[in-house]
Amino acid sequence: MEAYIEPVAALFGTAWPLVWALLKIVGIIAPLFLCVAYLTLAERKVIGYMQVRIGPNRVGPRGLLQPIADGVKLLLKEVIVPSGASKGLFILGPVLALGPALAAWAVVPFSEGWVIGDVDAGLLFLLAITSIEVYGVIIAAWASNSKYAFLGGMRAAAQMVSYEIAMGFALVCVLMISSSLNLTEIVAVQAKGQWAEWGFGFLSWNWLPLFPMFIVYLISGIAETNRAPFDVVEGESEIVAGHMVEYSGMAFALFFLGEYANMILISALTSILFLGGWLSPVGFLPDGFVWLALKTSFILFLFLWFRATFPRFRYDHIMRLGWKVFIPLTLFWVVVVAVWVMSPLSIWK
Amino acid sequence: MDFQSVVFYFFSAVMVLASLRVITARNPVHAALFLVLAFFSAGGIWMLLRAEFLAIALVMVYVGAVMVLFLFVVMMLDINLERIRQGFWSYLPIGAVVGLLMVAEMAIVVGGRYFGLEGMPTPAEPEPGYSNTKELGRLLYTEYVYPFELASIVLLVAMIAAVALTLRKRTGVKKIDPAAQVAVNRDDRVRIVSMRAEKE
Repeated sequence: MEAYIEPVAALFGTAWPLVWALLKIVGIIAPLFLCVAYLTLAERKVIGYMQVRIGPNRVGPRGLLQPIADGVKLLLKEVIVPSGASKGLFILGPVLALGPALAAWAVVPFSEGWVIGDVDAGLLFLLAITSIEVYGVIIAAWASNSKYAFLGGMRAAAQMVSYEIAMGFALVCVLMISSSLNLTEIVAVQAKGQWAEWGFGFLSWNWLPLFPMFIVYLISGIAETNRAPFDVVEGESEIVAGHMVEYSGMAFALFFLGEYANMILISALTSILFLGGWLSPVGFLPDGFVWLALKTSFILFLFLWFRATFPRFRYDHIMRLGWKVFIPLTLFWVVVVAVWVMSPLSIWK
Repeated sequence: MDFQSVVFYFFSAVMVLASLRVITARNPVHAALFLVLAFFSAGGIWMLLRAEFLAIALVMVYVGAVMVLFLFVVMMLDINLERIRQGFWSYLPIGAVVGLLMVAEMAIVVGGRYFGLEGMPTPAEPEPGYSNTKELGRLLYTEYVYPFELASIVLLVAMIAAVALTLRKRTGVKKIDPAAQVAVNRDDRVRIVSMRAEKE
């Protein structure tokens, strides 16, 4: 590998670190968009089978080219800017919806050392980036100058701020037991323990000792990405499509890409923080990226499964769940875990 | 000019321009969004000073939470700018005093060598593996633990006061008790009557 890179590096001279960084970014973004495209197909297929339908099967063999056809269609459509809209912000909205969803991948490790920025404050960076995701929705909603869009934006602002707190506390528990904010470190800590030595690695991952936090994080993750059953932001039967109602063509596609990229991000994070990332579940199989991919796909499948199974929450119930159930529960668990880590019973020494 | 200076001047320029637009923008929503941009640039400058924890905390707290709630309120209000600007001349004297004071303070910092500030020690170059976050945490919970706890209690009191001020008992509210809803049995809601089929 090094032998192939050397001559290319010499070609670019001092600009090589920049070029190399750009190459790494492309190496993550391109497969990510491919995953997003096929996640939309998987969603329609999975929900189709759950509802005893076949799902898309017309474009290409077994419908496999459907996402490409959808993408081309959206690219070719006209982007209409409503005459009463705030033009600059109307364009900025979708950009801000997609941007943070991509920026967050900078600190996500895919395997031992496979990461763009192996920073010490990785978890904090993720929290900060996911907290600015809401701006895309709010700005788009306000700039559209439409009642439906505005209602969606208000709902998004309240919902995402609420669930972020519960998510943050769940992360605090994880970082307390890992005593690190570095994601690679957090995975490394999950490889240690009595169970891992006996060859049952999956029992030493964070999901077992932090089970309530795992569930809270998973559910908050669904609420944070505005997916069903927490999709009151779009709520097509109540407010048509919420913040996206005035958007068409590629501007709409950006929202779509952002939502699915966020789903993949949250699933990957859940796998890394609670399900041991790239660690193999049993001792006799090697660790590797394939495990992270499998775990992420499983969490993504849960996202789709929930969407096919549960009816939409009513808005006041969402707020109640966030503020009156999750936040007190996570606050209590932060104290419990803090005492546990410092007590003689601690399993993370 | 090295790369760091370029980045510094870029962030500073964006921040100054954004701050200017906060007070000159005609639309309150635009003003709030420019404030977001100003906070973000400030975070960038702090990052340049290797205060990554503070920088990320700034983005997380101010950009991610405070400004979202600000926007939430500002978007719903129909703010009449003419009325806000009415008091401009009567507030000008006190505003000018505060402004001049800030200019004077900045002059002291920027023109430090006239006031003997260059005698202050510059922080040592941190060795590799130095974690700003860890150092900050250690200081907060050892040396400054009492002021820190005091500050958090003040915040807690403010939080409880805010809740107490807005909390009022309303009568005749059709409030839902989810626990009661979950605890309902089938027999509480449905009564199955067995009866013979009737013919008209």
